[in-house]
Amino acid sequence: MNNLPPAAAKEQPVSPAGPRGLLPPLNGRYLWPLLGLVLLLAINLVLSPEFFQVKLVDGRLYGSLIDVLNRSAPVALLAIGMTLVIATGGIDLSVGATMAIAGAVCANMLVGGVDSIFLVVAGGMAIGILIGAVNGSLVSFLGIQPIVATLILMVAGRGIAQLINAGQIVTFQNEAFTFIGTGSVFGVPFPILLVLMVFAAIQLLMRKTALGLFVESVGCNAGASHYLGVNARAVKMMVYCIAGLCAALAGMIAAADIQGSDANNAGLWLELDAILAVVIGGASLMGGRFSLVLSLVGVLIIQCLSTTIIMSGVPPKYNLVIKSLVVVFVLLLQSPRFQAQMGALIALAKSKSNKSVGERAEA
Amino acid sequence: MNSRFTSLYVTGGLFMLLFLIGSLQFDHFGSTRVLANLFTDNAFLAITAIGMTFVIISGGIDLSVGAVIALTGVACGVLIGEAGLHPLVVFPLVLIGGGLFGATMGALIHYYKLQPFIVTLAGMFLARGLATILSDKSVPIDHSFYDAVADFGTFLPGDAWVGASTLILALVVAGAVVLAHYSRLGGYIYALGGNAQSARLMGVPVARTTISIYAISGFLSALAGIVYSFYTFSGYSLAAVGMELDAIAAVVIGGTLLTGGSGYVIGTLIGVLIMGIIQTYISFDGTLNSWWTKIVIGLLLFAFIAMQRLLTARGNRGMAHA
Repeated sequence: MNNLPPAAAKEQPVSPAGPRGLLPPLNGRYLWPLLGLVLLLAINLVLSPEFFQVKLVDGRLYGSLIDVLNRSAPVALLAIGMTLVIATGGIDLSVGATMAIAGAVCANMLVGGVDSIFLVVAGGMAIGILIGAVNGSLVSFLGIQPIVATLILMVAGRGIAQLINAGQIVTFQNEAFTFIGTGSVFGVPFPILLVLMVFAAIQLLMRKTALGLFVESVGCNAGASHYLGVNARAVKMMVYCIAGLCAALAGMIAAADIQGSDANNAGLWLELDAILAVVIGGASLMGGRFSLVLSLVGVLIIQCLSTTIIMSGVPPKYNLVIKSLVVVFVLLLQSPRFQAQMGALIALAKSKSNKSVGERAEA
Repeated sequence: MNSRFTSLYVTGGLFMLLFLIGSLQFDHFGSTRVLANLFTDNAFLAITAIGMTFVIISGGIDLSVGAVIALTGVACGVLIGEAGLHPLVVFPLVLIGGGLFGATMGALIHYYKLQPFIVTLAGMFLARGLATILSDKSVPIDHSFYDAVADFGTFLPGDAWVGASTLILALVVAGAVVLAHYSRLGGYIYALGGNAQSARLMGVPVARTTISIYAISGFLSALAGIVYSFYTFSGYSLAAVGMELDAIAAVVIGGTLLTGGSGYVIGTLIGVLIMGIIQTYISFDGTLNSWWTKIVIGLLLFAFIAMQRLLTARGNRGMAHA
């Protein structure tokens, strides 16, 4: 955006000398989200030390920490895809509906007598990529604003999932598929492993090839990238396909978890949590620089927050209010103007204390 | 034909076409009664969508409207039903509350350069959370004033009931048209959505305008919440979930550009009526499932956005890849 360079230019002279110089300048971007997460974990440690206990029961790890990780798996998958979409300056509102559709497709394949688990999983993944491709073509070839382009499938997607399920909640019995949601490998729940695998794959794809650079350049300035020879359309197409694929995997976890496909409730409002996680991780909705690690930290912050609220004995009905206030606070922390105002406040407080020290010294 | 109004004509034409199809297919579809019910049943959605129209014309978005409706309903329920206040005392309070809620979001968006999408998303969580804290159960509203409101109105020829909700909607539409086209603030809103940079250079008071826009949206959502409570005689923290999407869809179908700078209040009203008539058609048919509504609205959204692209692509062909 137009206002980015002046803001950055203004920030730089401030950081070495000003109050922000107190923080390691290089780590500034990673500091705030990580600090938030550490703070939340510390609160949990004070509230109940057993939060960090991890026990091995019947060959599976148990404990609050494992629970937080396990529960955040669907949002974490969504957030990985969403990070790339947001990095190109887009947004994908349809991922929740995609989860419902992928769940419906898998459930109906299982009920319809498809024996091969690989076929079922492949079918779910294919439908996710297909939905991503639809979103991607609307955005990159028709040039429709991402928020509207994906709104179409957000609205229609649940209807389509209902259509596939014929308006019913389709339940299934299949051990191999249920493993996706409830199984564990070497004691680690499978959803956590799935998140780690997807994260590793996408991180390698983005950082060990030039793709990550292309994504960021398209997000910074699609027009300029186009003139530099980056195929902006293909890059956008790709990120929406990845987002669709991640959403389909999340949808399979959700379906396997309840051994059924509930078109109305699967992944409901999770797109908002995923977007929130990416923003808490410090990404700008305008696009550009992205970090998958920070987005996952954002996911953990959101999930830890809900767990902390429950652990602290605050009635769960305060959950949403606390969540919204934390979000506003985190957003303000990232706003240059707020940082400057806080900096001025700190400076004011310092100069006052300095003055009083000086006066004392004079006396 | 003035090209400025093309999308408005298309929207209006589509509504008439749908009404005609329904009338030809079903016996009692083509009546003033069905038409009047469209207004009564969708008054709260239309009022919200009109507020959303201003937000979208200015280039922003407001995701908090559905939650504000729920919060208003619950607040009315608690204050009238449990605290025993008179509705005429409560209504100004919740309307001012809605306006202030919107103004706060507008201030955050303007002064701290935060994204409208995320700020209003946080606003949505906050309003729903506050509603849940006030009461996590549905609060019935039982007051003689509500009964009087329900009885207020008149029958038009053909058994068509025009009630308080429809009259409030008519007032809001009239007020919104005046605001959009005959007031200085209206001009500022269009200018801001057309090009924020130019608007600032032309001397548009950006801070005041942005805050006013979200305050208007918050105020109209609170009003919609009151109208919704007339309709349901209760307040519930999970009411109107996802309604922000219906409102946005109505605005888009009504021909407002989501990039901002262009759109009409009347278009939004017709957009709401189109969504309402699809629902009416599906309930008349009886064999179609209600989720077809979602699919049809999705298809309509796509058709209208594609049409808008074609209309605007003529103007700036070189921008296609940007």
